Amino acid sequence: MLSLILKRILEAIPTLLVLITVSFFLMHFAPGSPLTSERGLPPEIMANIAAKYHLDEPVTSQYLRYLWNILQGDLGASFVHKDFTINDLVAQSFPVSAEIGVWSFIVAVVIGVGCGIFAALRQNSWIDYSVMAFANLGIVLPNFVLAPLCILFFSIYLQWLPSGGWNDGAWPYLVMPVIAMSTSYIAQIARITRGSMIETMHSNFIRTARAKGLPGYKIVLQHALRPAIVPVLSYLGPAFVGIITGSVIVDVYFSTGGIGQHFVNGAINRDYPMVMAVTILIGSLTILFNAIVDILYALIDPKIRY
Amino acid sequence: MKSKSSLRLAAFFSATLSCLSVHAAVIPEGVTLSPVQDIVRNGGQEPTSIDPQLIQEDAGWIRAFDLFEGLYSQDSEGNLEPGVASSYAVNEDNTVYTFNLRKDAKWSNGDSVTAHDFVYGFQRAVAPKTASPYAWYMQIPSIVNADHIINGDIEPSELGVKALDDYTFQVTLERPVPYFMKMITYPTMFPAPKKAIEKWGASWTKPEHIVSNGAYTLKTWNVNEKMELVRNPQYWNNAETVINKVTYLPITDGSAQFKRYQAGDLDVSGFPLSHFKKIKKDLPNDVRIDPMLGIYYYIFNTNVAPFNDIRVRKALSYSIDREMITKYVLGTGQLPAYGFAPEAVAGYTPPKLDYSTWTQKERDNKAMALLKDAGYSKSNPLSFTLLYNTNEFHKKLAIAIAAMWKKTLGVKVTLENQEWKTALSTMSAGNFQVGRYAWISDYNEASSTLDVLTSEHGNNYGHYQRQAYDNLMNQSRTMKDPSKQYQAAEKIAIEEDMAVAPIYQYTSVKVVKPYVGGYNPNPQAVVYTRNLYIKSH
Repeated sequence: MLSLILKRILEAIPTLLVLITVSFFLMHFAPGSPLTSERGLPPEIMANIAAKYHLDEPVTSQYLRYLWNILQGDLGASFVHKDFTINDLVAQSFPVSAEIGVWSFIVAVVIGVGCGIFAALRQNSWIDYSVMAFANLGIVLPNFVLAPLCILFFSIYLQWLPSGGWNDGAWPYLVMPVIAMSTSYIAQIARITRGSMIETMHSNFIRTARAKGLPGYKIVLQHALRPAIVPVLSYLGPAFVGIITGSVIVDVYFSTGGIGQHFVNGAINRDYPMVMAVTILIGSLTILFNAIVDILYALIDPKIRY
Repeated sequence: MKSKSSLRLAAFFSATLSCLSVHAAVIPEGVTLSPVQDIVRNGGQEPTSIDPQLIQEDAGWIRAFDLFEGLYSQDSEGNLEPGVASSYAVNEDNTVYTFNLRKDAKWSNGDSVTAHDFVYGFQRAVAPKTASPYAWYMQIPSIVNADHIINGDIEPSELGVKALDDYTFQVTLERPVPYFMKMITYPTMFPAPKKAIEKWGASWTKPEHIVSNGAYTLKTWNVNEKMELVRNPQYWNNAETVINKVTYLPITDGSAQFKRYQAGDLDVSGFPLSHFKKIKKDLPNDVRIDPMLGIYYYIFNTNVAPFNDIRVRKALSYSIDREMITKYVLGTGQLPAYGFAPEAVAGYTPPKLDYSTWTQKERDNKAMALLKDAGYSKSNPLSFTLLYNTNEFHKKLAIAIAAMWKKTLGVKVTLENQEWKTALSTMSAGNFQVGRYAWISDYNEASSTLDVLTSEHGNNYGHYQRQAYDNLMNQSRTMKDPSKQYQAAEKIAIEEDMAVAPIYQYTSVKVVKPYVGGYNPNPQAVVYTRNLYIKSH
């Protein structure tokens, strides 16, 4: 197990370096520049701004400077949010997205796995069809439709919940972002769990368990669930990263101040350091959670060995 | 350089000017105030900065007007009202402005706001180290040495500003600029707290470090969530200020803004303009339409054929039915634009351009004749690409105008949309034929818009060049009343050359809760929170 962890750490370094390098150069080669603004600035002012952010240096020097800075934990200064460093912005926004994400993940796993098992055990019944219809609805209903619908229903008609804001994560402010964020994940998890559970329930070892007269709940919880959950786990690793690194829709509609909006606005405004920071964050978390999933595989399924 | 005493003498001979405008919330008789004086305003996009010398967009300005105060402010009519300065004097040749500062103006840490803070703020705006995107704002009024300092040739301390004493601030211009006093109401020319800036660097505007001299001070700033401002007890007119707390929410999406307005989370907000009629019907007392200094137009790339042909440019411009666009496509009180400077500019009457007096039928007929003259016909139709930045609203307008061109002139238009920064790069590189653009005035003066069409202006993407136009705009900079120069310039650029096709003049359209009192935007759509109050409701 230790060797697996070490191997993963060693693999992560070149992977991240490639990610940083490719992202850095791709971004610099994209049309448009951070210096492009609605007001065409006189060249002398452009030169002063370029010098402040080292944009007047060759791209390779900028790249090496960037690498040196991130080695020291400095993600740079934002070209857009001039009163903040990228470290400030990530420190302010990532915990918001992570909190929404963790709650959404818990909700998605509990409801998704529950619905998937329930549907699989009642295959082709009305319960199965209802759960799967809900799952399909969750997949086809994008969160940019769901978010305003939630506000309309909970904030305007019922007046139960505040229509947006974060307020340091007080629970009334969490509910709607979690609904908007988790619905599509619930749907995906339910579909994968159902498919995997149906396959497992038709396996020989389940048939044997049944023949031995084990009660249904024991068959499901002790024998079927572990192998059935393996495909779900491989989905959950990257899904967890996606869910905790935020969504621009949720951030925009609920004004949460999460990191998802920074990523999209950073790309639109050519805020290179911001886009790089979020790319590195998502890259590192993806590597980390894929490694965790691999370890969990080994713990859950004795057939898997590294 | 003139001595201190001779400058004082010049000031003595000049008129001492002061304003008596109201500078606080005015509560009409019979209005009962709500016990809770908190307001939540939609603040547009997240500001790139609230550092007065670094601000470059209205989202930053509107917050800075609450946090900081300059020499003068602008009232709802666009007139000057005293801020930190209580009066000013100008010498005979209108190049030396001397401001008398009020002695009770304080920073939020209790220090007095002095002339030295203005000297530092002005110098900071031009210092290459600050790299202010608004450094050009100090070049326009020709403050002595601003150009050389920005170029890095001399030190910022050489700028033509000085503190004659703690409460007398003086600005010297290289040439008389008639609208200098209109420019000083903007944050680039605000004072700056030197001690805080030198201590905290770029992070001096964070809530825990900021020192401000406006009616409010910063309590919370969560990027993309909210900014909370609370009363600055040190503000000189704090006693007349009513609102205790103002929260700005950075929401740009019209639909998201309006949902939060409906839910009661916003007191002042924008809304999706496509729903204007319904919202106006449902909330007639909430909808506010006010004039705004902005113009929406299409740029012709005069460097490329056939747009180097005046006949083609005129034909395309004439055949845009602006009445139909403002009335039916937009329908939110915008005015058609025939000239280039907005009609709402204070103290300026735009010229009556010939084509604005014709009927649309006459314009269409003239357009058909001009295009035929230029060699285009049904068998040889004009075809080109219209570039706009990706946005549903611009698309809607582009479709409508392309349909007008097709119907009247048989022109084939290909619509191309690009994401904003890419579109700016494309236009800046001159790789376009016709492009969408808009201009919001930086100060309440016609030249703020008309300058865009001068040869060297960075936003003259169509590369329009006409010596006569440049000469008029140059002359205007030293005239006491440059209206005639502006009118002549507009006639040249639009009536004679049709350098761009003006389409409509902006309005500021908002929904404001009926219990919000004192909401009177000035022509630059600025509403100072210190002028607002909440009625009992």
